[in-house]
Amino acid sequence: MTKTVSFITENFDKYDPNSIDSYLNINGFTAVRKAITTLSSGEIINIAKSATIKGRGGAAYDTGRKWGQAAAVQGDNKVVICNADEGEPCTFKDRSILSKDPFRLIEGMIIAGYTVGAQNGYIYLREEYRHLKSLIKNAIKETMEKGFLGKNILGTNFSFHIHLHSGAGAYVCGEGSTLIESIEGKSGRPRIKPPYIKECGLFQLPTLVNNVETLAAVTAFIQNGTDDYIKYGTKLSPGTKIISLAGNVNKPGTYEIPFGITLREIIYDIGGGVVDNNKLKLCQLGGASGTIGSDSILDTPYTYEDLEKVGLIVGSGGILVVDDRTRVIDFVKSIQDFFIHESCGKCTPCREGNRQIAKIIDRFVQGTSGVNDLDTAERFANIMKNCSFCGLGETAQNVLLSAIKIFPDEFKRLEAVGK
Amino acid sequence: MNSTKTKSFEVLTKDLACKIDTIINNFGSNSTRLVGILLDIQDIIPKQYIPREVATYVSEKMNIPLSKVYDVISFYGALCDIPRADYVIQLCDSVVCKVTGNSFLQDTITTLLGIKENESTSDGKYWIESTPCFGACDISPAMRINGKVYGHLTTSESVKAVLDKYNEGSVMV
Repeated sequence: MTKTVSFITENFDKYDPNSIDSYLNINGFTAVRKAITTLSSGEIINIAKSATIKGRGGAAYDTGRKWGQAAAVQGDNKVVICNADEGEPCTFKDRSILSKDPFRLIEGMIIAGYTVGAQNGYIYLREEYRHLKSLIKNAIKETMEKGFLGKNILGTNFSFHIHLHSGAGAYVCGEGSTLIESIEGKSGRPRIKPPYIKECGLFQLPTLVNNVETLAAVTAFIQNGTDDYIKYGTKLSPGTKIISLAGNVNKPGTYEIPFGITLREIIYDIGGGVVDNNKLKLCQLGGASGTIGSDSILDTPYTYEDLEKVGLIVGSGGILVVDDRTRVIDFVKSIQDFFIHESCGKCTPCREGNRQIAKIIDRFVQGTSGVNDLDTAERFANIMKNCSFCGLGETAQNVLLSAIKIFPDEFKRLEAVGK
Repeated sequence: MNSTKTKSFEVLTKDLACKIDTIINNFGSNSTRLVGILLDIQDIIPKQYIPREVATYVSEKMNIPLSKVYDVISFYGALCDIPRADYVIQLCDSVVCKVTGNSFLQDTITTLLGIKENESTSDGKYWIESTPCFGACDISPAMRINGKVYGHLTTSESVKAVLDKYNEGSVMV
């Protein structure tokens, strides 16, 4: 029996993403029609709240609450941003939505705009997905031609436009305020908060930033109701999640799963198990900024609450499977190299912390580490976690800290070599 | 920024200036569109980079300080200020590609082309660089050539087959 479900992804491969007519044939734009002609802003916020969906970019902030706050901010001119800067390694589920169901995302943006009272929407598409640019541009154009975008949509007072902006290869631009700096044509460095972007964001306007999957999910809630969604999952984590499964697994890919199935079911039943029947060494959840777990967490249900108990996160929905051919220290080094490359350099803890920790990790890799190296690395990592300016620096050392905790012997063994 | 290298090329012909004007106008000469403008300009310049004289031209044309233009060029990984090649080969060195064996892909491609990372072939056709994750983890180990993604590159035959397409000129980018 298949363990995957299809609620948010129900339109995948059901229509031609290059054609709005094809989308209209499968009841496309019924959500927008229903929302702006029959529902009030408060009713839509309540629907999002009843689904208890949390932000799918990784921060897991309650979407209904976020929309409620955005709607409450005073202002005649507001902005909705779709964060399509999916930069976490081992995360590609937004790519699947953008390429297979772009119209559902556009519907989600229109509904978000209507709900919070925005006139303009921006899609910030990462440069790495430039091959999807023409598809999305066409989707926006065709939606406009059919009158679901533009002035006085469906004869109401609501007007909304969508603009497509391209990123240029910077992981840090996935952070809300940094993304905004980038859309404004500047280099991507995070802003100090407050003021919060919900009050003063893009071009100083009140701004709502949502992930691709979150917006697509809201469209599904309006179109199908939330009963078919919350029947899945657990009490604290109702519904479904789109995951990106990759690494040393037989069937990598994008899957929609109900919350509550175990990691073993995900990796072995859905993913077909570890390649060549190798032994699973570790898995990393939620992208490069996520923590890792050993094979002892395989029977943990994939929910916000159960993963938290074993020190893991849902995050972006990335699940990276690593078999025993990779050493833990080499894995940590690879992540560290990534964060050195991606740190924007604005704040000292992240810029210098990453550099110094990299030096120590390199010594472990080469077998020349000193007696205090592990303690020093751990101390620096904790400083970064507590003192960095934005989420990048705060989470960059999740891997190292969890690796030290879960595989202490691996580090001790390497430490002994250097003595 | 490497001014000695870029100056000698004298790339800013009348024709190119005209094309750059069109790109800037397409973006409404809007300074908030600088990132997109520079990306589009880089696409039309041979060897895929932003020469200094082009950066200066954009800065004057758009009335943005040159330092701001270079702040953007030097910050973003997708923008480059030194000449590369007709085909830019980007090898993913993210953790996913690493655990699925990208060192084989790196070795194979550098051997086949006879160049190392951040180098171009003597005929100026290929350039190799490594890049962070571009979201093709489901087909890792993967690479991009001028933005086009190729995956499952685990054998030398599969790598050769991709390169052959470019050697024969069957792929037009």
